[in-house]
Amino acid sequence: MSGKDEAELSRLLRAAIAGDEKAYADFLHRIAALVRGFVRRKIVQGGVDPEDVVQETLLAIHVKRHTWRQEAPVLPWIYAIARFKLIDAFRRRGRRIEIDVDDIAETFAEPETETVSERDINRALDGLPPAQRSVVSAVSVEGRSIGETATKFGISETAVRVSLHRGLAAIARRFGRE
Amino acid sequence: MRTEDLIKALDADASSKAMPLRSAWWLAAGAAIVIAAVVFMLTIGPRPDFMVAAHTMRFLSKFVFTIVLAISAFALIRALSTPGASTGRAMVGMLAAPLLVAVAVVLELFMVPEALWGTRMVGSNMMICMSFIPLIGIGPLAVFLWMLRYGAPTRPVLAGAVAGLLAGGLAATFYAAHCFDDSPLFVATWYTIAIAALALLGALGGRFFVRW
Repeated sequence: MSGKDEAELSRLLRAAIAGDEKAYADFLHRIAALVRGFVRRKIVQGGVDPEDVVQETLLAIHVKRHTWRQEAPVLPWIYAIARFKLIDAFRRRGRRIEIDVDDIAETFAEPETETVSERDINRALDGLPPAQRSVVSAVSVEGRSIGETATKFGISETAVRVSLHRGLAAIARRFGRE
Repeated sequence: MRTEDLIKALDADASSKAMPLRSAWWLAAGAAIVIAAVVFMLTIGPRPDFMVAAHTMRFLSKFVFTIVLAISAFALIRALSTPGASTGRAMVGMLAAPLLVAVAVVLELFMVPEALWGTRMVGSNMMICMSFIPLIGIGPLAVFLWMLRYGAPTRPVLAGAVAGLLAGGLAATFYAAHCFDDSPLFVATWYTIAIAALALLGALGGRFFVRW
């Protein structure tokens, strides 16, 4: 299973880096499920919400995708980031955990489940400058396209892209600092 | 925000571009060399008898040590800044420079009479060595720590220390062109202390500055 995943995910990420949004959406959905399975298996005691770690990992993968060497396997890269973010989440809550490197092969993809708890990402979003916050919310929570968001706020599409990019980068940085 | 919503935002940002980390490292290395060269030329500069000294083994050996250190640290730091990259071979490579110095020290102890060991080790430049290697290396260290932030080191403290060793190897390469103390005994002592100081500073930078 892992070999096929590897080839397919590498292909999707290469296409995404070349600018293919559809491939990127596919890639993100797949790794979200994979990382969720990994994180849920690792978090046995409470205190850390697995979905927070999934979201942090996705953001980190997004803002650090230039660190992937395109000829190198993508799964070790993804799991190294997920492991780092998981350890980071425990560290922030004053706990230490040891994570075995070898058992990533047994990870199974899992779907997102609805939760009512407040997400870490919402707090990070609230800390953004108003312009970035409203653009990020429009594109994510409200599900608007770049064009629709530009019309809604009466700004150019380029301005929307810039605010979105900066907003996401700022959220990713905030996760690392907390 | 649901994960599904986050994915929409990330996908909409798919077209944002960043320079691949590997190219960025080469650029950073170039910038660091220029910074070190400028600081070196504006402050102490090469020794006047550089061309004559370049014919002696002891003088040349200093460059072998420092350049080998810089090259091995550069290989390791690139691996450390890439998640999931294997670092084993590059870690072993870090032994090369210390081993070369150790061999040179042993040879020196055989060649130089015991009465001179102390003089050779203390030399005449130790304060300059210990102040100028860090001074030349501090700019490059800042560049490398900034690069670690641009990358994604999963062991930031170790990566920071290696950034210090890299900056130290680079700075020591320039400093070696100035220094009149060519004995491996001097190099093994004072260069090591000066480079270790940069490594410690780098580790602190990795701990507090390299967050992602």
